[in-house]
Amino acid sequence: MTMSDQEHQRKSQTEGHRNDELSADVTLDSDKANKLKADLDELLSEIDGVLEENAEEFVKSYVQKGGE
Amino acid sequence: MAIAKILGIETEYGVTGGPSPDPIVSSGLLVHEYASHSARNVNWDSGLDHPWAEGFSAPLLTSFAPVVETLNTNSVLANGARFYVDHAHPEYSSPECRTPREGLLYDLAGEEILRQAMTAANLLSPESPIVVYKNNSDGKGNSYGCHENYLVDRSLAFNVLVDAMITHFVSRQIITGTGKIGSETLAMGKRNPLFQISQRSEFFEEITGIETMLRRPIVNTRDEPHGDATRFRRLHIINGDANQSQVSTLVKLGATSLLLAIVEDWGIEVFPAAPTNPVEAIHFFSSDLTLRGRVDCRDGARRSAWDFQNELWILARRYVDHEGGGATAPPDEVEEILVAWRTVLDDLLDQPERAADRVEWIAKRLLLQRYQDKFSLADGDARLRAIDLQFHDLRPQKSLAQRLGFQEIFALPDVNRAVTEPPSNTRAYFRGKCVTHYSDRIALVNWDLVIFDLGGGHFARIPMADPTRGTEALTSDLFTATSNLNGLIDQLGV
Repeated sequence: MTMSDQEHQRKSQTEGHRNDELSADVTLDSDKANKLKADLDELLSEIDGVLEENAEEFVKSYVQKGGE
Repeated sequence: MAIAKILGIETEYGVTGGPSPDPIVSSGLLVHEYASHSARNVNWDSGLDHPWAEGFSAPLLTSFAPVVETLNTNSVLANGARFYVDHAHPEYSSPECRTPREGLLYDLAGEEILRQAMTAANLLSPESPIVVYKNNSDGKGNSYGCHENYLVDRSLAFNVLVDAMITHFVSRQIITGTGKIGSETLAMGKRNPLFQISQRSEFFEEITGIETMLRRPIVNTRDEPHGDATRFRRLHIINGDANQSQVSTLVKLGATSLLLAIVEDWGIEVFPAAPTNPVEAIHFFSSDLTLRGRVDCRDGARRSAWDFQNELWILARRYVDHEGGGATAPPDEVEEILVAWRTVLDDLLDQPERAADRVEWIAKRLLLQRYQDKFSLADGDARLRAIDLQFHDLRPQKSLAQRLGFQEIFALPDVNRAVTEPPSNTRAYFRGKCVTHYSDRIALVNWDLVIFDLGGGHFARIPMADPTRGTEALTSDLFTATSNLNGLIDQLGV
């Protein structure tokens, strides 16, 4: 098998897989993307209520010892 | 034939707060208070923490006893896991799991155990609560690990294993990276990235080596099989990020397990050529948010991290089509892994934001960008760095990752079951059931050994040199309602 044959086979294997098994998920994917966008918007609107109060102090005091 | 890819994840968690500024105290409190609140934990003896330990003698008991009498910072749990203090971090080592899906479940059980430990420990000093983080660095040059272990065939030469797998270890971060702002090492400082894909990658300075804390190697050479050293090697992988995304963990374990099976069955020839400089490659790929930057490879070609992952996926697909993937998992699960891996790769190429419900660095970067835009913040603003850290906070009310909500594979009831029940298909079943039924009779327990105190100076030693045995199918008869310890000892003939 030549290199280009292999490349071709790989390409068609990849694309074949995408067509066969993943196209059915496209609608689902865009739903998921919308959900994630909604989740992000929601998180952004409430994040200041969740974030540690003094960001500067929090970041400065987060010091760990190396592990392992 | 590739051998069963028994696997597990050990995670060192970041820890802050507590009654003392010393993180060793906080870590100890987490482990001790969790153990105290659970009736079914017994001590772990690290003095026998290697496979060549012979038998049992009085000095070992002596070395074991003080651990009980001081602070219970080493414990083995009813699910077969180990929960202990390692250096200055609480560490959870999952039980041995038979498949990547199971490995994910028991990693999630670890998160839940840490949450319960926080609750238990903070009853003692509610005014200075301990907080646990599932991340890998403090942003100041200190890193701590999330290590994976895989069972591989001892007959496979170690250099072949390394040469075949190195492409995966330098490139898989585009799926499993948890992301962070900036850089912490001299090597990465030269590249000066505003944001990196991986928390861990910049800390690697060698291809192979024994160290885990200094001059970290991409492939660790530690050789403690915790089993029959003539048949097994425990490949100890220290280069991964600690994931909260379930899909990331599944693909991390699944892809690595499949590729290891391929090295065993098909050898190194089928793997893509390694980068000429793997250490440069792992650094560069962590800094290349376009995913399109390429590095030189030993065959003269140039490949991006995505190119490597794509070639490795195609190889895994071909392998599964020809050989099945039985060493990794049953057919349905192998398909689930291949589809999840492929889908992430396609999303990363076509429209990376679409992968934000599975890939942590994408989600974190989106969150940071949106927050920065909303408040017109400068790049180095402390609020952005606070978000970077708090993404990994394990407290449900504080965790930004949990609020964002990654795709779920397992829901909480499954995870809770895995907190108390061991996996069925490895020796962890036997260990976990011994802890559940006979914790007060166990003199010593380890990855590959249980010793029962029979009273009157008599002990029964039960070695477990093969991690694929001691399963539910083989040993559940020993733990029925009517069974007792003497019956167990008799039946095992020890």
